[in-house]
Amino acid sequence: MSDGVAAAVECVARESYGRLVARLAWQWRDLAAAEDALADAFAAALRHWPEQGVPNAPEAWLAAAAQRRLLHHARHVRLTLDPRVTALLDEAEPEAPERQAVPDARLQLMFVCAHPAIAANVHAPLMLQAVLGLDAKVVASAFLVSPAAMAQRLVRAKARIREAGLRFETPEARELPARLAAVLEAIYAAYTLGRHALDSPADDLRKEALFLARLAAQLLPRQAEAWGLLALLLHAESRRAAQFDAEGRFVPLPAQDPAGWRDDLIREAEAALWTAARLRQPGPFQIEAAIQSAHAQRRATGQTPWRAISQLYGVLVQHHANLGARVGQAVAQAEAGEPAAAVALLDALPLEATGYAPYWVARAHVLGLAGAPGRQAALQRAIGLTDDPRLRDFLVAQLG
Amino acid sequence: MQYMLIFNETTAETGRRDDPAAAPAYWGAWNAYVGAMWDSGIVVSGNGLQSPRTATHVRVEGGKRQVQDGPFADTHEHLGGYFIVETASLDDALEWAARAPCASAGSVEVRPVLPPPTNAPA
Repeated sequence: MSDGVAAAVECVARESYGRLVARLAWQWRDLAAAEDALADAFAAALRHWPEQGVPNAPEAWLAAAAQRRLLHHARHVRLTLDPRVTALLDEAEPEAPERQAVPDARLQLMFVCAHPAIAANVHAPLMLQAVLGLDAKVVASAFLVSPAAMAQRLVRAKARIREAGLRFETPEARELPARLAAVLEAIYAAYTLGRHALDSPADDLRKEALFLARLAAQLLPRQAEAWGLLALLLHAESRRAAQFDAEGRFVPLPAQDPAGWRDDLIREAEAALWTAARLRQPGPFQIEAAIQSAHAQRRATGQTPWRAISQLYGVLVQHHANLGARVGQAVAQAEAGEPAAAVALLDALPLEATGYAPYWVARAHVLGLAGAPGRQAALQRAIGLTDDPRLRDFLVAQLG
Repeated sequence: MQYMLIFNETTAETGRRDDPAAAPAYWGAWNAYVGAMWDSGIVVSGNGLQSPRTATHVRVEGGKRQVQDGPFADTHEHLGGYFIVETASLDDALEWAARAPCASAGSVEVRPVLPPPTNAPA
């Protein structure tokens, strides 16, 4: 097979996979069958395109091939309950799908993947597989789950979609915020998994998550939190290269040289945050993005506005009192000159914090600033709990 | 569920134990990891092992005993230690496996422990 055809298939796959699966799943109300049919269509493309040439409308070609496959299957199982299916069965050649029949089927697909009837820990994996076509094995590695268990969870979720007849529709306006929050959480979870990794399945995941965040903001331009998430991820992305030095060693944010941050991404992040702010619907992702925006100010002013960051964390904790936010609040407060109060904040955290590596990293740092004992022990615990080899090396070097 | 975490190290990683420049970081990481595991209450038992050089290897072939010094074979990775842990699920055991220093300089195998036979004589 020529490289040109393989590249063309890969390009169509990246561009259209989610759109095609979503459209087919919506038509047939069966996500698993839509995925299978599309996989067959891609296999057929790899067989036929080298001889026949890449068609002018490759996406339409794939849609028609997958459609034929689904019809063929339907004839076999006599799935004629749905009158629309019966109607389709009479057509000799299914027409190519019109792109604008539904606003964007990928959005509906994201909402279905994050449906409350599906277990929350499957939302992100399901979305990555259904919208982006990632291999179950890749998804399993990124989420640190055995591939067999992940495959089983995905199959179960798809069966649930079919059985419960989850509708491939945009949720009603009143349930949109709750459903959107689940969609955005899933995208965020995918991004953070890939944040520290390089050259691994988790690294690909980071890029895919960024793609999904851009897509969500594009498709829901009136939803401030979608822009907030995009701004947050873009800020994180802008500092990626500066996170590691030339030898690949981890560099914490306050020690990073802002000259290594990517200006284009910071500007895009700031624009997204402005778009969000104009919509006047405050939410946790926007506050987190504002915190990262404050960190980015150091590029222009040479100073980190810790006092402002500490106040933003205070607001964030009111919205979303999760461990990450409370640990971040303590660090900002210590940096803003109140290390004793920061230690008290950490002391007040629930017991489950003690299984969370960032808690111990923060504790070691805050105790160091406060000049209080216990820094070594906290470092030890952080080293024992982190699964990031570069952070581990960094922390071991601090042991002294 | 009980799982065995089987820590495999590359030869280069095991070599850090005897390298004065690398040994403090090597032991610092392992001590912290093992300490965190014990403190979390999941450990049933476990040990690190001395270098594969110290192994003695026994095999009976056709009724004839063969005793050899050194590890079983010249493989890329060697067993460096093991722990038996009690966790609620495989996912939890995998999370601990990923935290092991050798996860990025070797590998960690996670295997469920075979339960004792139920019809064993009392």
